[in-house]
Amino acid sequence: MTPTGLVALVVLGATAPVVPGIVVKTKSLLTGRRGAPVLQLYYDLWKLFRKGSVYSRTTTWVFRAGPVIVLASLIVATLFLPLDGRAAPARFAGDVVAFAGLLALGRFALVLAGLDTGSSFEGMGASREVMIATFAEPTLFLCFIALVLATGDLSLSGMLGTPLAAAWPRAGASLSLVGISLFVLLLAENCRVPVDDPATHLELTMIHEVIVLDHGGPDLALILYGSSLKLALFGVLVVSVLVPRAGLPGPAAVAVLFAGVGVVAIAVGIVESVMARLRLTRVPQLLVGAAALALFGIILQVQ
Amino acid sequence: MHSTAQLILLLVVLSDLAILGTTRLSSCIRGLAAQGLLLGLLPLLIASRLSVHAVGLAVGTVIVKAVVLPWFLAWAIREAAVRREVEPIVGFIASQLLGALAVALAFAIASRLPLPTVQQPLLVPVSLATLMIGFIVLTTRRKALTQVVGYLILENGIYLFGLTQTERVPFLIELGVLLDVFVGVFIMGIVVFHINREFDSLDATRLTELTD
Amino acid sequence: MRLLVISALPLLVALAVLTVPAFRGRRVPVALLAAVALAHLALVTSLWITPEPPTLGGWLAVDPLGLTVLTLTSVLFLVTVIYAVGYLRHEKPGSGRVFAGCLLAFLTAASVVALAQHLAMVWVGMEATTLAVAPLIFLRRDRRSLEATWKYLVISSVGIALALLGTFFLASAQGDGAGHPLLLPDLIEHARELHPAWLRAAFLFLLVGFGTKMGLAPMHTWKPDTYGEAPSLVSALMAGALTSCAFLGVARVTEVVMAAGLGPFAQPVLIAFGLLSLAVAAAFIIGQGDVKRLLAYSSVEHMGLLVLGLGLGGVGAYGSMLHLVNNGLSKGWVFLITGNIVLATGSSTAAGNRGLVRTLPVSAALLVLGLFAVTGSPPFGTFMSEFTILRAAIEAGHPWLAAVMLLLLAISFVGMAALVLGMALGEPEPGTLRVRESPWLVAGPIALAAIVLMLGVYVPGPLHDVLARAAAALGGTGP
Repeated sequence: MTPTGLVALVVLGATAPVVPGIVVKTKSLLTGRRGAPVLQLYYDLWKLFRKGSVYSRTTTWVFRAGPVIVLASLIVATLFLPLDGRAAPARFAGDVVAFAGLLALGRFALVLAGLDTGSSFEGMGASREVMIATFAEPTLFLCFIALVLATGDLSLSGMLGTPLAAAWPRAGASLSLVGISLFVLLLAENCRVPVDDPATHLELTMIHEVIVLDHGGPDLALILYGSSLKLALFGVLVVSVLVPRAGLPGPAAVAVLFAGVGVVAIAVGIVESVMARLRLTRVPQLLVGAAALALFGIILQVQ
Repeated sequence: MHSTAQLILLLVVLSDLAILGTTRLSSCIRGLAAQGLLLGLLPLLIASRLSVHAVGLAVGTVIVKAVVLPWFLAWAIREAAVRREVEPIVGFIASQLLGALAVALAFAIASRLPLPTVQQPLLVPVSLATLMIGFIVLTTRRKALTQVVGYLILENGIYLFGLTQTERVPFLIELGVLLDVFVGVFIMGIVVFHINREFDSLDATRLTELTD
Repeated sequence: MRLLVISALPLLVALAVLTVPAFRGRRVPVALLAAVALAHLALVTSLWITPEPPTLGGWLAVDPLGLTVLTLTSVLFLVTVIYAVGYLRHEKPGSGRVFAGCLLAFLTAASVVALAQHLAMVWVGMEATTLAVAPLIFLRRDRRSLEATWKYLVISSVGIALALLGTFFLASAQGDGAGHPLLLPDLIEHARELHPAWLRAAFLFLLVGFGTKMGLAPMHTWKPDTYGEAPSLVSALMAGALTSCAFLGVARVTEVVMAAGLGPFAQPVLIAFGLLSLAVAAAFIIGQGDVKRLLAYSSVEHMGLLVLGLGLGGVGAYGSMLHLVNNGLSKGWVFLITGNIVLATGSSTAAGNRGLVRTLPVSAALLVLGLFAVTGSPPFGTFMSEFTILRAAIEAGHPWLAAVMLLLLAISFVGMAALVLGMALGEPEPGTLRVRESPWLVAGPIALAAIVLMLGVYVPGPLHDVLARAAAALGGTGP
């Protein structure tokens, strides 16, 4: 656990809200508008934290615990990522599974909180969210399997760190496919177009938005911050796979990482501007396609 | 040269899977055109030296597979006013999984066959994979035009395999192959129109009048 | 030189017919077709008398197998053209030049398949026959023939694609050292040096691919629809000539495989396909109501017999070759007669035809005789060839196989007899008159019947010679 790593962690935590801002800004610029400022989310969080909360009488402690668990699981998950390209603050063999599990825990808590309200809208959103997760989780694991095969290391620090840089010349094609697959997963897990439109407010078309419909005040602030952190997390994943940074000195690697996450955010913005949201029945096809890509990556390594 | 050829072969498999997963016929044709372009580049990268034969083959392939055939198929779509493929007999998700399985199977089989003496080891598995995926598209789709697309993918797979022999089997044969594909699709296309006109649809599962 | 003329002449005339404006209009240039057919047959006959060295660097050459198929095709083509003179007086195709052009293109393609020694050229010729025949199937331009043409094209195209893959596998098997790539004499000469794994794969794919064109089960599904909907003279050509050319493709790869010593691998596969075809044919012949579809299934049966003879080895190879000739001629004859029936009554089903002996005496007689020929009854040639294959089964030590064969053939005979005799005998519809049968329409079938009858009693010396040499090349023996 190097000092650079620690600093990177703090900086990531502090600048996570910038990432959705970049996405929105890209979208606006591409559609000819000026759009909200990149730091808009900070202002929203500040405003939300100063508000009070109103809780419905049908909710229980689950509803209040939801946002907290989401944020907590995400922060712990961040500890497993090697932000400086070499080692993460927390590492053990098989922490991949813990990483995926933490993400799943966060989603689970959010969905439960949504169901807890007893409203049909949240229930509908919850079921859709879980359906998407059913296809996204195996794909994530396929990507991880491909990474394990490439690097021979069962820990995220190894899979995204030094052994990955060594594996690139040999398994470059396979890793590119994994990178693409991870990008599609990023779109799916963070509720971006073409899986889900974050800007829609028509109840029947919302997925993620509708689950958090009843949260307000600090709870909503926690959830919004958590979403931005999750987006940043997946951005880190994609950049780590596609850009091996182990050869660079510590600060340079971190700088490259943050720049890469910014580029990923711009890419997400471009994708959102260019594509429309898919019909719900087509979303599984997209995810199966991503899974097929990851599977192909695995095949390339095995043969 | 070696890694570019490898990259192109991987893109060919990706285009196969893409065509397998798309519902819009125009996307299928675009995928086919992309595949034709990739296939046209391969002879130049595989040949040990840049001969007239290789260049001629590359140019011919690109013209036929990436330009003429897709244009003809696009014209067919406009004439028949067909836009989308309906749910295939096995379902889109299942066919995509089948496609991934086919790729895995192709690589497994290829590792058992003694490789022909060519320096590009990915050629045989990718050709087998393309073959199988073409077969899947041909047999599971309902629209006549998509079946033609599947047949063309099948032919692409065979072409890929033929590339392992391109240095030894002479020019004449490759010309003959391309010509025959061309004429075959031409005739199939005309028949497809008549099917559309007679049956008011391009649904090949409606061709059930003749039976015992 | 002669080989080039045999192959190229029909094509050149076809191109002329399709492009020269003088041929526009619905009239079919039958005189021209007849001239080409006669010239073709004359040249082919001359090949029997004086041998011809290989041309085009060894790519075209005359060998016993090819000569048999070439002669068969040529004879059938001439007979079909003579028949067409009478046929076209009643039925006029939509475009005369397309009709003539496609027929001539078919003749070229079939000649190329028969003469080619380069296996990829054989393949090109085979695909060309598929394409040449497709517009002919679609002649009536109605819904049913459209469906038939579509199925034919799709299934044949897939088959031909698999055959191409098999050809490439064969080239892979050859590697770098075994002589000129894909040239048959070189392949046979260096057969022991071929990679066995690729050779086996090549054999399987070529068998399935060319088998689809032959109409072997389970790739036969296009046959009943196609033969049923195409005009009878087209069906005659297809059943007689096209299937024989496809069999030639299978025979070529069998030559190589036998020479390479992979007989034990190939023969069971051939026998399996043969028996399957016999069984499927027998199953569908029972209860069949349409005589053209019936003949299609009979064709499946006979293709099964051909492949069975090939797989049994020994004298079975000779039996297959003899059966190739007999079957081709018989099928041609019976399909042409069916054409007469359809012309006269407008239907080929049992329901639409009764008491043909009264209304179409000559055709009915030929039909009944054709029934006996096609099912392999003495004194016709088909009996001799089927008997030879039976002998081969027993000599190879598979008496049960011979028993199964006999059983399936008997079932087919019963099914066919039920339909044909039902059509020929009985009382015609009240009020139907005797139709004057044009000599053009019956001369050809009578000639073919005479040949098949002769072959049942006596096989001419030169023919026997050629067939025996072909059998030897296929790893078998003479009778």
